[in-house]
Amino acid sequence: MFWDQKIETLERAALERLQLKRLQETVRRVAAHVPFYRQKFAELGVKPEDIRSLADLRRLPFTTNADLRDNYPTGLLAVSYDATLRLHTSSGTTGKPKALFFSRQDVDNAAELCARSFVMTGITQKDVFQNMMTYGMFTGALVTHYGAEKIGCLVIPAGPGNSERQLMLMQDFRTTFIHLTPSYALYLATFLEKHGVDPRRDLALRKAFVGAEAYTEETCRKIEEGLGLDVYNSYGLSEMNGPGIAFECVHKQGMHLWEDHFLLEIIDPQTGELLPDGEAGELVMTTLCREAMPLLRYRTRDITSIITKPCSCGRTHRRMNRIAGRSDDMLIVRGVNIYPQQIERVLMAQSGVGRNYLIALEGLDEMTIKVELAEAGFEGQVEQLMKLQNHLTEKLRAEILIKPQVQLLPPGSLPVSEGKAKRVIDNRKM
Amino acid sequence: MNDVKLVAAFAENKPGQVAHFTKILASANINIRWLAVASTGPFGVMKFLVSDPEMACQALKHEGFVTKLVDALAIEVPDKPGGLHAVADCLASHNINLDNASGFITNNRAIMVLEVPDAARARDVLQKQGFRVLTQMELPV
Repeated sequence: MFWDQKIETLERAALERLQLKRLQETVRRVAAHVPFYRQKFAELGVKPEDIRSLADLRRLPFTTNADLRDNYPTGLLAVSYDATLRLHTSSGTTGKPKALFFSRQDVDNAAELCARSFVMTGITQKDVFQNMMTYGMFTGALVTHYGAEKIGCLVIPAGPGNSERQLMLMQDFRTTFIHLTPSYALYLATFLEKHGVDPRRDLALRKAFVGAEAYTEETCRKIEEGLGLDVYNSYGLSEMNGPGIAFECVHKQGMHLWEDHFLLEIIDPQTGELLPDGEAGELVMTTLCREAMPLLRYRTRDITSIITKPCSCGRTHRRMNRIAGRSDDMLIVRGVNIYPQQIERVLMAQSGVGRNYLIALEGLDEMTIKVELAEAGFEGQVEQLMKLQNHLTEKLRAEILIKPQVQLLPPGSLPVSEGKAKRVIDNRKM
Repeated sequence: MNDVKLVAAFAENKPGQVAHFTKILASANINIRWLAVASTGPFGVMKFLVSDPEMACQALKHEGFVTKLVDALAIEVPDKPGGLHAVADCLASHNINLDNASGFITNNRAIMVLEVPDAARARDVLQKQGFRVLTQMELPV
């Protein structure tokens, strides 16, 4: 199951030669056309011809979130404004967005990588794709839309929300795979359950590509159970095309990152030092084929690690582990560093609680974790609920090292998100 | 089976919750004979003895509430001094623990609602002692 077997299984030495060639070309282009990089190169005393091997990558400057904002709207363009074909903006941030330009070649490349990613999981042109990501400025929907069309799938551009209509479309057009956020997937599972729809019996769903928010293995299992399908983890970020950068193959042992299009590094987010393979740190990516807006050593702020061991699928592109958290999602409560994913892992592994949760920080560093009770978790006795609450508090304390308040709520009492879920509310008075 | 079913519902501990439930049951044309609320901190459990427990559960579920049918015993005791004691004494002598107990009087009949760990055994013991353990159908209207 390959879309482009030659490139996907290219032996490492050849892949690295290709990477170096493309890196040198990218560096030459930004030095010539992007004043921001020209100035950075001058500050660091580095010239395009200094890049003689992939190891020279570390001589190049980082690009950060702030650099993208500072150069808004067109400061990082490496082609003329006329040569751009599509504008996307980054999602889920405050103030001015980050503007991300695609040339015709970039649009096609992004679709190509999505096609590779889908086919890698067994998708063929016979499949029917219902895209439940947000269409619009967000890359999530359009990029996968083009990817699935490239394969020849029937594409239903449903967008998120309106679960009644999603259900109708899935039934009437025999949808076989969907693309959505983990929070909406959990909501949809609850919705189907509530409406007496057994997806295994009543729908043709086989696979879900779940992404745009970090989520845990436990959440993945809950989605698989609730929607009766196979969940494939996907990683992407708008700054790097959006979805299709790294996807799981059928072995589901980490996500293959398309290394002919991106160089990856893992660094210590504090010091910026390169970390050895296998160690967890911040993912840093360099575009190798981007025409309109190449980015060097972009700080993704996502925490992961690289798996170097060859995969039995035969692909030579290395894999990355599930995102452990986002370096700027980290909470500091009573002096302890906590990733929301740690809390999610405990909640999703606990039977009797539902799929929606909220972390509320209030007062003087008090943490309350609100979670909905599941139908199956209720035995009709208040004593049993107290036991469940105490058990969860203990499990959470063991995981995050501080003792939170756990609040059980009736299903449906927490806000439902159809785009990116807001899991943390910080109202601390400090 | 002589057991009656209580409808247990999970609720947040805040004003208006009982009213919310009773409204749903009233619209479903369900008569409530008895109600108990047990709460702890931010949440609690309400239990109802109603004319049609299955339908009550469905009505509450439909409105998005988490519910569960709980086995209970409804025992008719003479409305006179020592009436309740006879029941309690009978259970005590058989070492049966009462998880929850409550009662109400209707049409000069006193009804005890009991939750015990093993309803079948408790029913057996009480019936052997001559107590009248009511079925769902025998509950006063």
